[in-house]
Amino acid sequence: MQCERRNGTQPALTYVETVDTVDTAWERVKNEEKRNLSLGGHVGFDSLPDQLVSKSVTQGFCFNILCVGETGIGKSTLMNTLFNTMFENEEASHYQNGVYLRPRTYDLQESNVHLKLTIVDTVGFGDQINKEDSYKPIVDYIDTQFENYLQEELKIKRSLFNYHDTRIHICLYFIAPTGHSLKSLDLVTMKKLDSKVNIIPIIAKADTISKSELHKFKIKIMSELVSNGVQIYQFPTDDEAVSEINASMNAHLPFAVVGSVEEVKVGNKTVRARQYPWGVVQVENESHCDFVKLREMLIRVNMEDLREQTHARHYELYRRCKLEEMGFKDTDPDSQPFSLQETYEAKRKEFLGDLQRNEEEMRQMFVNKVKETEAELKEKERELHDKFEQLKRMHQEEKRKVEEKRKDLDEEMNAFNRKKVAAETLSLSQPLKKDKDKKKIFKEEPMSSLAMAIEGSAYK
Amino acid sequence: MLLSRVTMKQHSKQQKNLEGYVGFANLPNQVYRKSVKRGFEFTLMVVGESGLGKSTLINSLFLTDLYSPEYPGPSHRIKKTVQVEQSKVLVKEGGVQLLLTIVDTPGFGDAVDNSNCWQPVIDHIDSKFEDYLNAESRVNRRLMPDSRVQCCLYFIAPSGHGLKPLDIEFMKRLHEKVNIIPLIAKADTMTPEECQQFKKQIMKEIQEHKIKIYEFPETDDEEEMKMVRKIKDRLPLAVVGSNTIIEVNGKRVRGRQYPWGVAEVENGEHCDFTILRNMLIRTHMQDLKDVTNNVHYENYRSRKLAAVTYNGVDNNKTKGQLTKSPLAQMEEERREHVSKMKKMEQEMEQVFEMKVKEKLQKLRDSEAELQRRHEQMKKNLEAQHKELEEKRRQHEEEKSNWEAQQRILEQQKLDASRTLEKNKKKKIF
Repeated sequence: MQCERRNGTQPALTYVETVDTVDTAWERVKNEEKRNLSLGGHVGFDSLPDQLVSKSVTQGFCFNILCVGETGIGKSTLMNTLFNTMFENEEASHYQNGVYLRPRTYDLQESNVHLKLTIVDTVGFGDQINKEDSYKPIVDYIDTQFENYLQEELKIKRSLFNYHDTRIHICLYFIAPTGHSLKSLDLVTMKKLDSKVNIIPIIAKADTISKSELHKFKIKIMSELVSNGVQIYQFPTDDEAVSEINASMNAHLPFAVVGSVEEVKVGNKTVRARQYPWGVVQVENESHCDFVKLREMLIRVNMEDLREQTHARHYELYRRCKLEEMGFKDTDPDSQPFSLQETYEAKRKEFLGDLQRNEEEMRQMFVNKVKETEAELKEKERELHDKFEQLKRMHQEEKRKVEEKRKDLDEEMNAFNRKKVAAETLSLSQPLKKDKDKKKIFKEEPMSSLAMAIEGSAYK
Repeated sequence: MLLSRVTMKQHSKQQKNLEGYVGFANLPNQVYRKSVKRGFEFTLMVVGESGLGKSTLINSLFLTDLYSPEYPGPSHRIKKTVQVEQSKVLVKEGGVQLLLTIVDTPGFGDAVDNSNCWQPVIDHIDSKFEDYLNAESRVNRRLMPDSRVQCCLYFIAPSGHGLKPLDIEFMKRLHEKVNIIPLIAKADTMTPEECQQFKKQIMKEIQEHKIKIYEFPETDDEEEMKMVRKIKDRLPLAVVGSNTIIEVNGKRVRGRQYPWGVAEVENGEHCDFTILRNMLIRTHMQDLKDVTNNVHYENYRSRKLAAVTYNGVDNNKTKGQLTKSPLAQMEEERREHVSKMKKMEQEMEQVFEMKVKEKLQKLRDSEAELQRRHEQMKKNLEAQHKELEEKRRQHEEEKSNWEAQQRILEQQKLDASRTLEKNKKKKIF
């Protein structure tokens, strides 16, 4: 459609021209340009965050903590103190054969918020003489939770919004309060865990270290972590609302904590504390220990961020590695992106090809076997046949011999009979006496049937 | 089997009572904070014949000139075929950012022959699902932009009679792909009574055709349930939109000026616009997104993946086996195949063994038979031999007897002749 321009002036927008310019404007918009528009009144979508929050509250939250530390270092006590409740816990013995993980799930509620809390304890950590493999059960547990989530995500019919997420959101690593430096077991374990889970290192039983020692200890620990390349969790500073407090807390890591569920009267208040002859260590006193800081950071400020990091970073890394292991790629050799369908179809073709080949091989093997056995049997048959041919020939031979003998005998007998006949004819021409004698003889002599037969035949 | 609406509540039974304040009640605030920082997205689709007031309604809903002379509404952009076009706008209110995508369908229902005019719409929705599925399934996943259509406002012409065949056809084909909210457009052309009738008729037809329009979720909250029930009674919502602001009784309101009065957009007695706005934007926007994600998208995904997984496999076996990932499915098929092969192998072995045994048995039998015959013949031969021997013996016996006899006879003859001679000699004397 033509657009006629009047000289020197902007063309008046006729319907035709409108369509023209509209087309181009629309083209631009179609290419995903975002227009910023101002509102002429209160629309109401500022309630969106509230809608989201109300949905999350209805669904409930879940949070999973992993406590890694030697037996007796105060893991259970700290959990009880953090959550202000006595979780059932038997004391662990020092004589475990290996490290095993003990997860326990609790349902907590505070005002209208439901929290499904899972605390995973490492039982037996640090107790064995050879601790080379101590980290393995921990890594395996974390990976298993990722794997379970991944399997659910890959299912054809899945229900992710119903899924009880057991992935570890935070690992509290308990450092023994030696005052000197990290143990090599600590470094090894944290190095193995830092790419799989958010780690917050804490100094346990901090009431055994003095303030100045503590300061030096913290610096030593952080420098060792940095020099060994261990990535611990950094409280996020990108959100203005919490960046300041998070930044300052980052400087206090690792937190030196004291846990206690016993209550001691201090002044006119009853607080949670540990009573010593020389004084009372108050858990919630910030000048005594960093417990409050830990609670603030872990629960009140960054819980959601920990969950997000676990899902968006650690889980994605696990998923990526696993899928690559299974042979999935995002682009084919020509750098064209694969669609999911293509990937699955390719895998399926390969898989079916394998199955086909297996079947073929098996059949072939059988065919060969059958051929072999047939040949064997035929051979046997032939042998048998030969044997009996031979026997038959022998038999024929024997028969022939017998026949010959028979013939001989017959000839002999014939000769004898002729002789006999001749003799008799001779005696017939002899005198009577002799006839009588002969008769007698004839009468006396029993005639064998054979002789009679021969005579009979001779007379013929 | 498609997913239907599921309540997404998670209430646990065993509770632990906390002594003292722990602080995780602050979690919702953390969620709030993060969501505001992230910003929100929403994709809204408007479908209906041209001239039903769609653009005006959108502008009224969002109180902004989404559609304007520079960016005209769908009724001004009709081409030869039905298009599906989207435009993105960014709006901000109270610190909350919303990226709003409006998808419209110029040309829908406007041709003489409207067969399959819903197809471009279906294709668009499916392609957005497909994009999301592919993005979700990549090995390297990044933050995924969600452009899936989360709500479809379907405009029904205010004929006052009932739904048109096109309306029914469209809704039937799309109710399982997107949340459909049917609206009666230009409601100011009907009196309240006519409107009531019309609504009843429409709802009846919707039920008859088993069309699943968007359902409001049940809540425990009594207040909310009351509100929800009120809304349900007024479905489908009859709306009026306007771009002009008129002064009524000293108040400036959006409305349509007629010689006989002003139809106010935001007056609950004039039309259901406020209800729509409250429901769509202020209370149920999140739920629309959730239902799209948890129900419509999941249905699409499971259908797509089932087709991929069971390509070429007998479909009768696969009902009820959809709780696995395609890979797990392949693993299971592999295991099945292995056991099938084992069985086959065993069977073939058995048959083979049996046949070999048979053959060997036959061989043995024939060997025995031949042996027997041979023995028989040998016996025969021996019997003949014996017989022959016997015969010979007899013959020999007879011969020697006869010869003995002959000799005796000869002797007798000799004696007799000698006696005769003697007698002869005597007689002569």
